[in-house]
Amino acid sequence: MGRRIAATLRRTAIHAVPTVLGIIVLDFLLLQLMPGDAADVIASESGVATAESMAMLRQHFGLDQPVLTQLMNFLGHLAQFNLGFSPRYNMPVVDLILQRLPGTLMLMVTALAFALIIGIAVGSVMAAWAGRWPDRILSVVVLLFYSMPGFWVGLMAIVLFSVKLGWLPSDGDMTVGAGLTGWAMIADRLRHLVLPALALASFFVAVYARLTRASMLEVQRQDFMRTAQAKGLHPFLIQLRHALRNALVPVTTVAGMHLGNLLGGAVVVETLFGWPGMGRLALEAVLARDFSTLLGVLLLSSFLVIVANMLIDLLHAWLDPRIGAA
Amino acid sequence: MTAKFRPTRRAALAGVSALAFMGGRGYAQTATPRKGGTLTFIQNSEPQTLVALTTVATPALTVSAKVTEGLLEYDYDIKPRPLLAIEWSISPDGKTYTFKLRPNVKFHDGKPFTSADVAYSIQLLKTVHPRGRNTFANVLEVKTPDPLTAVIELSKPAPYLIRALTAAETPMMPRHIYEGTDPLGNPNGNAPVGTGPYKFKEWVRGSHIIYERNADYWDPDLPRIDRMVCKFLPDTGARSIAFENKSADIGYRMPVALSDLERLKKLPHLEFETDGTSYSYNVSCLQFNLDSQYFKHLKVRQAVAHAINRELLIKTVCYGYGTVCYSPIAPGLKDFHDPTPSPYTLDLKKAEQLLDEAGFPRGADKIRFRVPLDYNPIGDESLRLSEFLRASLSRIGIGVEVRSADISAFVKRVYTDRAFDFTYNGHSNLFDPTVGVQRIYWSKNFKKGVPFSNGSHYENPKVDALLEGAAVENDPVKRKAMFVEFQKIVAEEIPDIPLYSPLFLTIKNRRVHDDSLTADGVEANMSRVWLDA
Repeated sequence: MGRRIAATLRRTAIHAVPTVLGIIVLDFLLLQLMPGDAADVIASESGVATAESMAMLRQHFGLDQPVLTQLMNFLGHLAQFNLGFSPRYNMPVVDLILQRLPGTLMLMVTALAFALIIGIAVGSVMAAWAGRWPDRILSVVVLLFYSMPGFWVGLMAIVLFSVKLGWLPSDGDMTVGAGLTGWAMIADRLRHLVLPALALASFFVAVYARLTRASMLEVQRQDFMRTAQAKGLHPFLIQLRHALRNALVPVTTVAGMHLGNLLGGAVVVETLFGWPGMGRLALEAVLARDFSTLLGVLLLSSFLVIVANMLIDLLHAWLDPRIGAA
Repeated sequence: MTAKFRPTRRAALAGVSALAFMGGRGYAQTATPRKGGTLTFIQNSEPQTLVALTTVATPALTVSAKVTEGLLEYDYDIKPRPLLAIEWSISPDGKTYTFKLRPNVKFHDGKPFTSADVAYSIQLLKTVHPRGRNTFANVLEVKTPDPLTAVIELSKPAPYLIRALTAAETPMMPRHIYEGTDPLGNPNGNAPVGTGPYKFKEWVRGSHIIYERNADYWDPDLPRIDRMVCKFLPDTGARSIAFENKSADIGYRMPVALSDLERLKKLPHLEFETDGTSYSYNVSCLQFNLDSQYFKHLKVRQAVAHAINRELLIKTVCYGYGTVCYSPIAPGLKDFHDPTPSPYTLDLKKAEQLLDEAGFPRGADKIRFRVPLDYNPIGDESLRLSEFLRASLSRIGIGVEVRSADISAFVKRVYTDRAFDFTYNGHSNLFDPTVGVQRIYWSKNFKKGVPFSNGSHYENPKVDALLEGAAVENDPVKRKAMFVEFQKIVAEEIPDIPLYSPLFLTIKNRRVHDDSLTADGVEANMSRVWLDA
């Protein structure tokens, strides 16, 4: 296992550097194609400008430099592990991102955990009762979640749980200014996390449930299942140890790929719930043409996806030792 | 036309003011203010900096004055009242302004506030503030004969200056923090120090700002609340819900979608207020590019004007929350507004005839010409309004294609590339037409690459002379006459068609009192606000 981790790390590192560099250069050049710049945005937010104030802003933002110089500056900073400075927010990009990163990670990990736990549980139940009424009913529910956009599920959840019942808060990641500490603070954070995480997870629950059901049914027909039954194992243990464990390989593969999607889907959910995450930061950076911030977010997101894929690789090795290090 | 529009407007206004009266304002003024509590106010978007020094974007304006105060505050009619200055006088020639400052005022870091800060702030605003460069253009120097006296010397009179001194428009900055630094990069923008009733505590990006009561405020009775929380809620639906489930106390300048208002008005705990929005009125207009092959013809512009029904527009697009406006100077600016209706009344036959005369007959498909309409995406009514205009103009054979873009792309297209024909746009009038209106019509302000300059490329020497004259005219009667004549000329020549002036409501929970006591309402320092238990 130790050799395996080392090999995976080495391979990931070799892949990651050129991938990230390519992403950065491509993103940078694509962003140049967007009409307008950061100074235009600031002037239009103010609704007023003079030629002098525009020139001052452009100089402050470094926009008076040629594009190539701007790119070289950015890459130069990056080589020193410096994500640069956001003139719009008047702070280093890395601070800006680190403020948001925990929020986004918490939301993503919780949503993914919800999606996997609920999805796999529902999928297993559907597979165990395939073709009978629990399967039929759950299929309909799953189809519903599969076809409804997450933000709508979120809005309806807000209307029900926050407005009508008043059980859960509708915005933010904590009760601002309440000065809570200890368990009260953790409970408060969790209460704020439930609705956005469920809204973000709803679509993926459906995906994993269907995937688990299909792969478990596939596994049921394998020879080793018959052997296990012949050995006289308890049916529940057969399902759990033999069927589910084998069925998890495709589910985890897809979940790894979904991490990128989750980052994207988070923009909508974060906006809806006023959640201070990176998705909103990225969206605001696009609208504000704050490219240093945006490139920082993109860089970190690609890094996250690469790391997640590496973890999935390792998870596969644990689930199915036959999958070798290529 | 006049007879037709009056009932609509009056009905809309009456409806709104009735609501305002229902909302316990009498109670607020008679009851004893209670101390303590936390006020939560919500904003659509996050400010980029917490001091309105290098930007006048609404999110920054809304929070700035809580910490950083101004020399004066203003009543609803924009008459000045003391704030950091307790007395002021203007010399008869209008070129010397003398301010006596409030004694014993301290910044939050303990340093005293003196006339040196005033002098420094005005010079700083003159160089880095988006409007300060114009507002203070005539400032020769600011003399400081003693620590509590500041004298502004002007090269020419600036009759608008005395109305420009609110906290958000002309913030009094701490000289000891800014001197010798880059004002755009100064950390004070992220963690401000000022003289205001609230001290900055924390700013969690993407979430909220917290202000704490300043126990050493120069008025020992104020402020009344312990804490103020400003939350950013970018989703309009989420903002309505925040008012509904009481997690938001107050929101400013129409914080929710117009379509949600009717539902929210049924909730007994909410109050809708029109006070405290008179410092800056907006006028929304259909602005032509006079270099366009179609709209360079006066007759085509007249035809467009004849085809638009402003009353219907307000009723359908704005749900009634607007006032018909024929002039680039908003009706709210009573000292300058000319209420004469447009000479071009709703008349489709006349419009068709004008287009025929201009040489644009209806083609085989009944269309005279096709033209793109760009709209300013700030404000959620813009797209609906553009669609309304498309429908209106299709009736006279002009095929309009509505083109969407985000704000940066819009500004670049209109003001830098000038690759547009006409646009639905909005301008803030502010407290005086010289500051808010002149820029749109003055030929010397046709500047490529400068947003919200003279985007039509309008040139009329007579208009230039009137605007330049009014900018330095000391006599209010003569000054008004100049603006009225200006309004007559642009109403005839229509480089743009003013459509309406939006009505901004402040929405608040009924437990909030005394929040909007000045012309700039929630944008002021809110030192007197208090909350029911």
